[in-house]
Amino acid sequence: MAGKIFVYVDHFKGKAMPASWEVVGAARKLAGEMGASVSAIVFGANAEALAQTAIHYGADEAFTAEDASLMDYRPEPYATLLSKLAKEHQPEAILFSTSTRSRELAAMTAIDLDSGVIPDVIDIKNEGGQLVATRPIYAGKLLSKVVCKTRPQVLTLRVRAFGKPVEDTGRSGTVTKVPAAMSEAEIPTKVANYATVEGRVSLGDAAVIISGGRGTSNNPNLTPPAEITDEKQKEIWRAQQGFKMIGELAEVLGAAIGASRAAVDAGYVPYAHQVGQTGKVVSPDLYIALGISGAIQHLAGMRTSKVIVAVNKDADAPIFKLARYGIVGDLNEIVPALTKALKERLHK
Amino acid sequence: MKIAVFVKQVPDSAAKMTVADGKPNWGDAPLVINPWDEYAVEAALQLAEKHGGEVTAVTVGGEGAKEALKHALAMGCSQAVLISDPALSAPDSSAIAHVLAAAVKKLDGVDLAIFGKQAIDSDTGITAAMTARILGWPALTLVAAIQQLDPAAKTVRVERGIEEGRQIVDGKLPAVFSIAKDFGEPRYPSFMGIRKASKAEIPIWALADLGIAAPQSKVSWPEISAPPQREVSNEMITGGSADEIAAKLADKLIAEGVL
Ligand SMILES: Cc1cc2nc3c(=O)[nH]c(=O)nc-3n(C[C@H](O)[C@H](O)[C@H](O)COP(=O)(O)OP(=O)(O)OC[C@H]3O[C@@H](n4cnc5c(N)ncnc54)[C@H](O)[C@@H]3O)c2cc1C
Ligand SMILES: Nc1ncnc2c1ncn2[C@@H]1O[C@H](COP(=O)(O)O)[C@@H](O)[C@H]1O
Repeated sequence: MAGKIFVYVDHFKGKAMPASWEVVGAARKLAGEMGASVSAIVFGANAEALAQTAIHYGADEAFTAEDASLMDYRPEPYATLLSKLAKEHQPEAILFSTSTRSRELAAMTAIDLDSGVIPDVIDIKNEGGQLVATRPIYAGKLLSKVVCKTRPQVLTLRVRAFGKPVEDTGRSGTVTKVPAAMSEAEIPTKVANYATVEGRVSLGDAAVIISGGRGTSNNPNLTPPAEITDEKQKEIWRAQQGFKMIGELAEVLGAAIGASRAAVDAGYVPYAHQVGQTGKVVSPDLYIALGISGAIQHLAGMRTSKVIVAVNKDADAPIFKLARYGIVGDLNEIVPALTKALKERLHK
Repeated sequence: MKIAVFVKQVPDSAAKMTVADGKPNWGDAPLVINPWDEYAVEAALQLAEKHGGEVTAVTVGGEGAKEALKHALAMGCSQAVLISDPALSAPDSSAIAHVLAAAVKKLDGVDLAIFGKQAIDSDTGITAAMTARILGWPALTLVAAIQQLDPAAKTVRVERGIEEGRQIVDGKLPAVFSIAKDFGEPRYPSFMGIRKASKAEIPIWALADLGIAAPQSKVSWPEISAPPQREVSNEMITGGSADEIAAKLADKLIAEGVL
């Protein structure tokens, strides 16, 4: 078979999502097994340079489009162009890294091509050209094998589930420029601008995550400033001191900060930090849970982390069942001590 | 305004899941409205309250799925429709999207079709964009806030939650939305609402009523399994002062090679 595998390179304003390269690596491996080639698809800002990087990571060729109408990601012009390319080249599969953009882009492209989507895949086996994907369902409580009988098989790959390939700057391939498939007048939306969100964190691709739960507010030794009289505000103030302490540890480890829903709902930290079934699903190398009991919905978001550490006052907290290392104790004592110990050892 | 909101009935998020006869089994856990769809209903109701109009809750499922519709009615939706047809066996997201797009057309004059972010059973999160594509409407997914909506001019400005923060997008109605959690907590059903919902007549539409044949599923799931038991050898770190315990943990983490 001499088919193609398309890899859509997801980026924001020309900066690639690191997981895009994981997908190139996965596609390279499948292409070897299937006797296929890998085509990187890059639309928008910096497409040329990203296409070269995709080739360095394992793509054989790339298609780029840098029309003004594609500078901001919008699903309609992107899906229309992607499906046009797919109709021309009849790829066996189109692979994406799972992101807010890719989910909808995959969905719309699949509709255009009368095919189906397998989102958030953690493993792919090639069985004679038919891909058999494995994906978590019910928040990872079960796994499902999924196949797409139609072509192209459209898959999004979970971030960090596939290894990152080695970059080889010696690799080369052709880059073909293609024009946009929709005119600006045909596109039903306009991007007005962007806003950053308070407390935005890149939890998805962090190698180390330190999360705080309701326990972060439990520090009776701290006295809130006199002007805070409301009990609820006192609690939030205490929790914020707790998260400050967590922030210092995170700084030493270059970690992202997560939180339980209880911590988010109580107003300790913004929703962007929430890990779990209704927050982010993460799978870092190290996950440190501080003052988190380990409710099933929280575990759903972090259970596949490589090494889990839990610090909790309650020896019976369910989080300990999942923890490689557990400490029964007060996070207010353990966290500063751990920050100090790691600072010394990592020479920070 | 005419708003359609799509809800799904799913096992409670706290359900312990097992596999029985090759199928997911949630034991005696209750079936509930998909939590993300409560945010969608909340958004629909807020828009109807602000701009006038009616909200129709729609689900595709078996007779039991009426419970999810009753929750939506109890929250304040004006009416509900169950789409149920034996020809819809193991529908994938594209099949559901084709059915929902047909339902939007049958409801006639819909300005906004509002979805939840993701169904917590299948965890797919693609139905809204698929339905938008079938309808040929703009897909405004992961709406975190509606800055402006003018039903007469048929214009809308939304903030979409993306990895990098918010993307602020202008679009035209009719449109498809999916609603993110940042939109705001959904209301609880009122006592009156629950009473009204319990008495509501919920019509059932078959595919023939929508004027479509059963859409072909593209994706199938030949095998469902419990994830392999994680071999975690638990080690509790004990003894001594906080400093001593922390030092032991630090050494172990460095030895694990995860730092
Ligand atoms: C539909 C639905 C979706 C949900 N989605 C999510 C989700 O996405 N993410 C999520 O996290 N939750 C989610 N939940 C909520 C979940 O059920 C729990 O309520 C929540 O995870 C509890 O957070 P917590 O562990 O911080 O709080 P708690 O359960 O109150 O635990 C606090 C812990 O801190 C410990 N502690 C207290 N003080 C200290 C101290 N000084 N030092 C050390 N330990 C201390 C206590 O022993 C306790 O174990 C969801 C629930 C529902 C119904
Ligand atoms: N069977 C269904 N009936 C009605 N709406 C549905 C159904 N399945 C999915 N949806 C809607 O589509 C959204 C996304 O679902 P999914 O793409 O399956 O994760 C849900 O939050 C619902 O709003």
